[in-house]
Amino acid sequence: MALLKSTKILTSVGAQAPVLAVLQLRASSWWTEVQMGPPDPILGVTEAFKRDTNPKKMNLGVGAYRDDQGKPYVLSCVRKAEAQIAAKKLDKEYLPIGGLADFSKACAQLALGPDNEVLKSGRSITVQTISGTGSLRVGGNFVVCHFHIFCFSFEFSRFHNVSRDVYLPKPSWGNHTPIFRDAGMQLKAYSYYDPKTCGFDFKGALDDISKRNLLVFFDMAYQGFASGDTDRDAWAVRYFIEQGHNVLLSQSFAKNMGLYGERVGGFTVVCKDAEEAKRVESQLKILIRPIYSNPPMNGARIASTILTTPELYKEWLVEVKGMADRIIKMREMLVSNLKKEGSTQNWQHVERLIKEFSIYMTKDGRISVAGVTSANVGYLAHAIHAVTK
Amino acid sequence: MSIFGEVPQAAPVAVFKLTADFREDQNPSKVNLGVGAYRTDEGQPWVLPVVRKVEKMIADDHSLNHEYLPILGLPEFRSSASKIALGEDSPAITENRVGAVQCLGGTGALKIGAEFLRRWYNGTDNTKTPVYVSAPTWENHNAVFSNAGFEDIRPYKYWDAGKRGLDLEGFLGDLESAPDHSIFVLHACAHNPTGTDPTQDQWKQIADVMKRKSLFAFFDSAYQGFASGNLDKDAWAVRYFVSQGFELFCAQSFSKNFGLYNERVGNLTVVAEDQDNLNRVLSQMEKIVRITWSNPPSQGARLVAITLNTPELFAEWKDNVKTMADRVLLMRAQLKEKLKALGTPGTWEHITEQIGMFSFTGLNPKQVEYMVKEKHIYLMASGRINMCGLTTKNIDYVAESIHEAVTTVQ
Repeated sequence: MALLKSTKILTSVGAQAPVLAVLQLRASSWWTEVQMGPPDPILGVTEAFKRDTNPKKMNLGVGAYRDDQGKPYVLSCVRKAEAQIAAKKLDKEYLPIGGLADFSKACAQLALGPDNEVLKSGRSITVQTISGTGSLRVGGNFVVCHFHIFCFSFEFSRFHNVSRDVYLPKPSWGNHTPIFRDAGMQLKAYSYYDPKTCGFDFKGALDDISKRNLLVFFDMAYQGFASGDTDRDAWAVRYFIEQGHNVLLSQSFAKNMGLYGERVGGFTVVCKDAEEAKRVESQLKILIRPIYSNPPMNGARIASTILTTPELYKEWLVEVKGMADRIIKMREMLVSNLKKEGSTQNWQHVERLIKEFSIYMTKDGRISVAGVTSANVGYLAHAIHAVTK
Repeated sequence: MSIFGEVPQAAPVAVFKLTADFREDQNPSKVNLGVGAYRTDEGQPWVLPVVRKVEKMIADDHSLNHEYLPILGLPEFRSSASKIALGEDSPAITENRVGAVQCLGGTGALKIGAEFLRRWYNGTDNTKTPVYVSAPTWENHNAVFSNAGFEDIRPYKYWDAGKRGLDLEGFLGDLESAPDHSIFVLHACAHNPTGTDPTQDQWKQIADVMKRKSLFAFFDSAYQGFASGNLDKDAWAVRYFVSQGFELFCAQSFSKNFGLYNERVGNLTVVAEDQDNLNRVLSQMEKIVRITWSNPPSQGARLVAITLNTPELFAEWKDNVKTMADRVLLMRAQLKEKLKALGTPGTWEHITEQIGMFSFTGLNPKQVEYMVKEKHIYLMASGRINMCGLTTKNIDYVAESIHEAVTTVQ
């Protein structure tokens, strides 16, 4: 340790020659050995985009909805809910650790359907979380603490804890891996995307998921946003539960209610019965308390108001369908514009798109279609064709 | 056979259970002296007038939206919040070696600081680095640090139950005997739960030992402005340490001094030796934030930023804070007077000597049980009371009940 300390002092001297006078007063920094962290692969894209001065630049990086003028969109039902809430002049007292009860209930109902047997029997617990990320993180922590499945491993000639393994689809959201890794899990992958068809590799996925007795963890960040229909988008979750899977579920209201920065989400555990749900709830609180004590009110209150006020709920369904429809339309326009350009390709030329055309996306070639507008879709098609022909 | 069949029922968090029990109690004389939130003289929560004003400004400004904040938070919140802690004219700020991370309340700020220290403080694995918390301390300190991976969390002597004051000798002794480079969690002002702060002179002695032994200062500042009514006075210790050349963290909460409890407004202020070190530290904190909550909630931070950066609103806020602090000081003075008038055995000077929301009454667990069960006055088993729970209407009942507890229960 002493040797390390003097090395730190030497490094500091080298780096700060002009400020020697100050150095004499202070010992060297604690942080000399701290490496510069790389920019976030997704959010870093927006930073690069902001620095670019090209008037034709496009940000197809972060997953936030944009209207056809390329502007952020605050839902009308959100504005109405906000006005209703403001008029009530509520206090700002701490929420319980598990969050706003009205919100958690409505959140679960949205995902599972209000008549779901799971909700009627009380055999699930939903806690309010810091949007989708916070939900996944709490879920990862919960599994590591409380999920223990041992299988006999011939390779190791003993019972082997397999419950630290988490299988993510290939590819998956970039933040899944570091979240689960930091929670203490071993990352594994199952086939998902087939580059030959640009579609779902059903056979590959089934081959990789050839085990029995798996714990299913759903990440539902786009309910309503995908097809425009909240029930349709929740079909898989509901089907698995019907088939007897007691699933884990993360929900986010960042996209479908445009509440990104308010951090609105939920984490649900479907249990065997109500008694088990109570035990699980108590443990989730123990996990949450040392991270942030209790969640923020504002967004949850807005979401809850929308979900539980019939006119606002109806309006929300229309607006979320509106957003989904615009995305679907942009997909169609992009394809037809590419055809017009004469393109017949798949494409992996991210670097050139960024450098030559100021079109920003993540390195894996993911574009946020929400960043496409009727005004820029022609430019996008032209650029994609230019780098792939 | 359920996969969760073995999951045990966890014990409820004591302070929240206390409030839950209070709510269920039907007795008309009940008093809640438990959880740390401000109450008016009518026993009601108080949304600061300046907060209502700024909320309306935000609601009426349709150019604002709900887009994601940067990972480290709202820039104008972070910088103005750090200025509150360190002083606007802080040389460290002028020297560009102060940065901050917007976090989910004070808890979130402690969490991010703890996670960073575990990864980067003294080598890249600090799981065995000792972390010292005061005896007693806020009950969540332990959990925050152990949850962040620290395996060796130790108490440092702080509260002298006998003299009902600071055990300075014990404190300094534990500093001396701590391994070099240990981490110390210090309460910036209004110590929770004892309400007992070191004097300026005592802080100087503490800083001397910490400097000499390269101990890391991690300040927890949850009550700035709330303690004495004066922001600068309540920040003296943090600023002194900065002036002595410490690199330190200060976890700030705006839950109490802005009354924004449920919006989770916190700030982790980082003071580093220079800008280069600061930038690398912030870049690593960013990675930790990303896998914890991605980016922080915008409503509360926006509100605080607007208030701190608008002169008239800033003045109004300071006034609101003083209103709260003054009511607490009044209740302290009155409680002490009433206990003295009743002739309650023991000395009660500590009630006015202690500072901030809490008072460590000195009631033992049996006496506390008596207060809760027989008198329907809810306080923590440690004897901690929240002065904000006292009002001109209930203070006589509380004083009489304390008198009964002390004289009839041993």
